[in-house]
Amino acid sequence: MAKGNAPFDEMRDTDGSVRPAYGSYCDWFDQQDNDWLRRKHSDAESKFRRTGITFNVYGEDEAEERLIPFDMVPRVIDAGEWRKLTRGIEQRVSALNAFMYDLYHRQEIIRAGRIPERLFRQNEAWLANMVGFTPPGGVYTHIVGIDLVRTEDGFFVLEDNARTPSGVSYMLENRETMMALFPDLFMQVPVEGVSNYPRRLAKSLAACAPPATDGKPLVAVLTPGIYNSAYYEHAFLADQMGAELVEGSDLRVVDGRVSMRTTRGYEPVDVLYRRVDDEFLDPLTFNPDSQLGVPGIMDVYRSGGITIANAPGTGVCDDKAIYSFMPEIVEFYTGEKPLLPNVETWRCAEEESLKYVLDNLSELVVKEVHGSGGYGMLIGPTSTKKQIEEFRKKIEADPQGYIAQPTLALSTCPIFGESGLVPRHVDLRPYVLVSPDGIDITPGGLTRVALEEGSLVVNSSQGGGTKDTWVLKE
Amino acid sequence: MLGRTAHGLFWMFRYLERAENTARLLDAGLRMSLTRDLVTAEEEWRSVIRTSGQREYYEASNQTYTGVQAWNYLLRDKNNPMSVRDMLEAVRTNARVARNAISGEVWEAVNESWMEIDETLKKPVSQGDLGDVLRMVRRAGTLVHGAMNDSMLRNAGFHFARAGMFVERTDSTARILDIKYYLLLPSLSYVGSSLDAGQWDTVLRSVSGDRAYRWLNAGTISARGIVEFLTLDDRFPRSLAFCQSALRDELRALARLHKVEGRSNELMREADMRLSDKTVEDVFEMGLHQFLVDTMNTNAAIAHAIAEDYRFHA
Repeated sequence: MAKGNAPFDEMRDTDGSVRPAYGSYCDWFDQQDNDWLRRKHSDAESKFRRTGITFNVYGEDEAEERLIPFDMVPRVIDAGEWRKLTRGIEQRVSALNAFMYDLYHRQEIIRAGRIPERLFRQNEAWLANMVGFTPPGGVYTHIVGIDLVRTEDGFFVLEDNARTPSGVSYMLENRETMMALFPDLFMQVPVEGVSNYPRRLAKSLAACAPPATDGKPLVAVLTPGIYNSAYYEHAFLADQMGAELVEGSDLRVVDGRVSMRTTRGYEPVDVLYRRVDDEFLDPLTFNPDSQLGVPGIMDVYRSGGITIANAPGTGVCDDKAIYSFMPEIVEFYTGEKPLLPNVETWRCAEEESLKYVLDNLSELVVKEVHGSGGYGMLIGPTSTKKQIEEFRKKIEADPQGYIAQPTLALSTCPIFGESGLVPRHVDLRPYVLVSPDGIDITPGGLTRVALEEGSLVVNSSQGGGTKDTWVLKE
Repeated sequence: MLGRTAHGLFWMFRYLERAENTARLLDAGLRMSLTRDLVTAEEEWRSVIRTSGQREYYEASNQTYTGVQAWNYLLRDKNNPMSVRDMLEAVRTNARVARNAISGEVWEAVNESWMEIDETLKKPVSQGDLGDVLRMVRRAGTLVHGAMNDSMLRNAGFHFARAGMFVERTDSTARILDIKYYLLLPSLSYVGSSLDAGQWDTVLRSVSGDRAYRWLNAGTISARGIVEFLTLDDRFPRSLAFCQSALRDELRALARLHKVEGRSNELMREADMRLSDKTVEDVFEMGLHQFLVDTMNTNAAIAHAIAEDYRFHA
């Protein structure tokens, strides 16, 4: 955290006055009785339990299904700010998709010397099977989650999630919960709706149907099964889209098409929204022990028999070393300067940066380039000397495996705590859909919040919670 | 609909039915043990455990048959793979599998009931609490069935769910009668002689039929009457005739929706032929036990055929 300065607060200006976006909300909030609000808070929790919005935690017998804590103070974004954000997101996502196409075709960006070849050569997410193949509609990144953070200098992109971004069911259920708890609030504050996301998703996926589609495209969601930590979300999305929810055991290749076993026999699937990682997708091509995928699906894919969303091999975009080149990538494919800046990033693969990082470990955040979910990272300012020294050894042993960033003063947004409103750090993940019809961003997203005072880790696997995210109408 | 989803719905409602039936059985057992001497009560609990098909498992960990042992065993014992708790968990697991084929209301009814009962069954159940626990289980069934009737699309999923329910119910009613059939054996030669009314009351209570039976028979209890009521009376929703007729309707609906008849429809027709135009005298002549065994075997064969016809498994 930048020393001396309080971080940017979403609700209040530095002089304590309420920012315009929160005006109506705060008027409403001030009229509410605290005890009543507290009761509403526990109502929210029982609603989540009742509807079964839980995530499973591996290796914990008793608390197998847990709730992600929900905070009832919304994160509010005004219309103008959102418009600016969406332009930046659109630009970034279209660059990501173009980058994927290029990486699996002529690799112009490497020929032009804008990014080093080693970046994807060492990247485990890069798939040789995808070389020279163009997915239906030319779409690689059907669903993208862009993780944004705000500091006093504005919004920055912290991570791109193009593999299988999760959490969108929380965007939807948080809104449902807020509307159930505080209907009057939504009459007073004009908030953009998010509930049509599943329809937009179904439409966007159908628009990417493969050549073999006959008639209306059949869309299915592929889940690893009911014991997966995100099963609730898989079932929820399939249900909301009116799509089938399938497991690997339901699918097999029949007459050159990936087909699902229905009560009538095998029926071909056109678009598979898979929530299974690449390596488990096809035991014939990738991990031979996988029970979660479909033997032969990659052959069907390459012959135009099915659309896989997101396309295999898009995980390259999630790599933090690739991330560090995003400004170059955006400029290379769009011909424009990036509208949304990256967080300043030092690549330990580069000698000078490495030296800087090792000299300043106690002030930096260091991340594994392939890591995710807040695991395998060092937050210098909150770490002990011993932890820092241990991490130093790891970096020295494999400099290419790490990048470092300044410890950002993430913006705060109040949560409803024991003693009323208290500020906590937040991030924001809007959800972006890509199809040949264009890029579609639902006005809202998932706001994750670190519930511990001062904590910068918002991941649900590490005690983070979520909030409803409001984009105000124009 | 996916074969796996159909399987989930079928079993979701089988397990729900089984959990409810176990609750009914316990209810009848409790009643019996309160009104009878200790020896009869012990005999009754033994018969409750037998009816649930759990005797071997039970005797592996219990030496005696007391009420508190029996109901805790059937409700929550970790050694019992078919405890009410485990069955309701299986209901919920199958509801999760078939989450897309059931309405939100059905899911919430299942999930809420499960949370409540799971919490309650964490502790041993005392005699004072038993009534409440059994009511809770029956209410879970009522809630889920109500939500299903009022909110679910009448498509294949609905019929798979109902088929599961009636397959299970047929099995349950036949089993209960079969365990007690020896009480009826003298009936052919002793028609009109005094029956052990308390025993028969228990049988009727085990299928929640005591009240209906009294209404229909103006309070006279006879072996002939009870057997007729539980096997052939198609007005009573737990009689074999009712279950069979309901199952036939579900299987017909499925065949119509799938535009093809399968082995399950064929077996159903055979079963119908065996039951149609039967009188209770025919049943006694054939031997009640034999009749019930045939019924249970045919029922199991139909369940198996449904799984095959509709591709429950890969």
